[in-house]
Amino acid sequence: MQTAAVPVPLLRVEHLTMRFGGLVAIDDLSFEAARGDITAIIGPNGAGKTTVFNCITGFYKPSCGRMLLGHGEALAAADIEALTATGARSRTLPTGAVFLLERMPDYEIAANARVARTFQNIRLFAGMTVLENLIVAQHNALMVASGWTIAGLLGLRRYQEAEAKAVDRARFWLDKIGLTERADDPAGDLPYGAQRRLEIARAMCSDPVMLCLDEPAAGLNPRESADLKEFLRSIRAEHGTSILLIEHDMSVVMEISDHVVVLEYGCKISDGPPEHVRNDPKVIAAYLGVEDEEVEKVEAEIAT
Amino acid sequence: MAVVPAELQSTKARPITAALKEALGAGLLALGLSVPILALRTEQDISNRLVLQPRWNYVVIAVLAAFFGRLLYLMYAAATANRAPRVKTVRTVPAGLAQVVSLLGLVALILYPWIALSIVGKAGAIKWIDNFGIQIMIYIMLGWGLNIVVGLAGLLDLGYVAFYAVGAYSTALLAHNLGLSFWLCLPLAGILAAFWGILLGFPVLRLRGDYLAIVTLAFGEIIRLVLINWVPVTNGYAGISGIPRPSFFGLPFNASDQGFAAFFGLEFTPLHRLIFLFYVILGLALLTNWVTLRLRRLPVGRAWEALREDEIACRSLGINTTNTKLTAFAIGAGFGGFAGSFFAARQGFISPESFTFIESAVVLAIVVLGGMGSQIGVAIAAIAMIGGTEILRELDWLKDVFGPAFDPTQYRMLLFGLAMVLVMIWKPRGLISYRSPSIFLREKKKVRSDLVKEGHG
Repeated sequence: MQTAAVPVPLLRVEHLTMRFGGLVAIDDLSFEAARGDITAIIGPNGAGKTTVFNCITGFYKPSCGRMLLGHGEALAAADIEALTATGARSRTLPTGAVFLLERMPDYEIAANARVARTFQNIRLFAGMTVLENLIVAQHNALMVASGWTIAGLLGLRRYQEAEAKAVDRARFWLDKIGLTERADDPAGDLPYGAQRRLEIARAMCSDPVMLCLDEPAAGLNPRESADLKEFLRSIRAEHGTSILLIEHDMSVVMEISDHVVVLEYGCKISDGPPEHVRNDPKVIAAYLGVEDEEVEKVEAEIAT
Repeated sequence: MAVVPAELQSTKARPITAALKEALGAGLLALGLSVPILALRTEQDISNRLVLQPRWNYVVIAVLAAFFGRLLYLMYAAATANRAPRVKTVRTVPAGLAQVVSLLGLVALILYPWIALSIVGKAGAIKWIDNFGIQIMIYIMLGWGLNIVVGLAGLLDLGYVAFYAVGAYSTALLAHNLGLSFWLCLPLAGILAAFWGILLGFPVLRLRGDYLAIVTLAFGEIIRLVLINWVPVTNGYAGISGIPRPSFFGLPFNASDQGFAAFFGLEFTPLHRLIFLFYVILGLALLTNWVTLRLRRLPVGRAWEALREDEIACRSLGINTTNTKLTAFAIGAGFGGFAGSFFAARQGFISPESFTFIESAVVLAIVVLGGMGSQIGVAIAAIAMIGGTEILRELDWLKDVFGPAFDPTQYRMLLFGLAMVLVMIWKPRGLISYRSPSIFLREKKKVRSDLVKEGHG
């Protein structure tokens, strides 16, 4: 038996392919996101970044490929193969757990694999207050505490304590995003930047191991963008939550990410630390919209 | 100042001519509509022939009413438009006020039979307690039950009467075939209706909006058609009679020696049973209300409202939307079943005629008019709509105005529609058009209705 522990990273995507009819949105994509890292996925418009997100979070079922998400201690490679062969969705050990995301429905990925996400076009519960948004995010924990509604209906102490705890957690995040004053206002009344922050806080209230952010800096002014960088860094430092990020704002990507994956037309064209990606001729070609061989020529033209 | 530009001069005259033109348009429209509808009436003469009777005076009245009504409205609108626009402030209704209002409403409901008795006496009170009190309470309860599905979870259900029918027929059949008493049938009817709610819920989970509405509508019709055609069990159109009446802890409401009146040494009167029934349905309705208010503060209730706001966001937070929708359908249907069970026991006779689509439409109208998700709004709308249509029976003095052939109850649907149009013009989101948050940190602020979504279907 080989038990040479090849550590499972937080997320390993293998040969992910997503076809919509004849259109191949993602073509044989493989990458890894390490635990505790901020991993960025970048690429020109229509490269398939959001499709990757939708596959990881279960909103799309990929055409083929495997997506592993690990909690805690690593599992041996052989065990992972065995798990894949059984057809089970996940395996939990005393030391950790492995989830096969492509087999799980979206809400289970959020609830069990603890992957939280935000959306490109903000999806808050606009008619509910800021506080309610953060409480709804703690649904599953509260559902257990309310004895699947029965204990809660009878008004047992257990649920009231759990709700008070949920409010405390919401308060913590409200303080963090500076919205405590507006806790009782409807979320739809908040300014745009605050809505973006609230959506991240709401995702964090569900206690994720991995936070997937779809263009969190879109539409933010430079100051809000700088605050966002601080906020994301503090999430990683204080809560140990790894972050997977889609972003167009290169200042954000290059400054805070540990690892960058570049997509173009659904294929990975570069993968590595920010400095590496920044200087990769393929990436530059993709962003400038020219062939690889012409990059130097075009760069020279731009420089002059 | 000497020369006033022509454009400015004409601004004064223009609104009036424009208003006249528009009023003329309204008059013409009324003419076009009233000629085919009002102008000619067919009547049978002595030799059984149909003869046309012209009623041009009606047409003239309708056209003039439309013309002047429109003109007055436009002039009123022009007069108010010049005023400074009212500054819209966030309404913070003091939390105490809402509580006082609902407490007063509750006291009024509890005292209602005695107030009716003291005002109109024993003979008159029967009508007021039965036709008004009990009838309205049934609809309040149905409205509150449907409010869970439509108002909170945002799932448009056009076949709610199906669950009402399931509750009623469960009670009738259980009582007939197994000899169960009303008090045993009541919870069973609720459970069976909830079960049917889940059964309906499964196939329609993937549907949204119009598609969901159509399938629920079809479900209501299926139940009704089964009741009509499954004659060996349901007795078809003839219905089921002889459903046992509810007893007071085993004491029947009759004139016998073992009856309620004899036991308490009272003189027998049918009022005892009616007052008792009123309190039973009041209790059931209050139970519905209490459970709904409690559920709103529990994770499942918040998940319903979150589902109404944004289903995809719900799923991204780990909420199992399938289960959430099913619980909404089941709990809403369960309360419909309780109401149906009560209905069967109150009437003593049920037939499929009582469970037509129009009943679903009325209950849905109550929820929509009341303000989706608002408990007190639904209660007010039920009182206005059901009480209003019952009041029409009382308006005999209109016969003196319009002649002896005039029957106000025939205008029920017309008034119903008119009320609906008016409410939707002035209060497009229902009578109580704000949402009350389920939890707050410092201050309970009402959420304006333009932020709250209606749900996706």
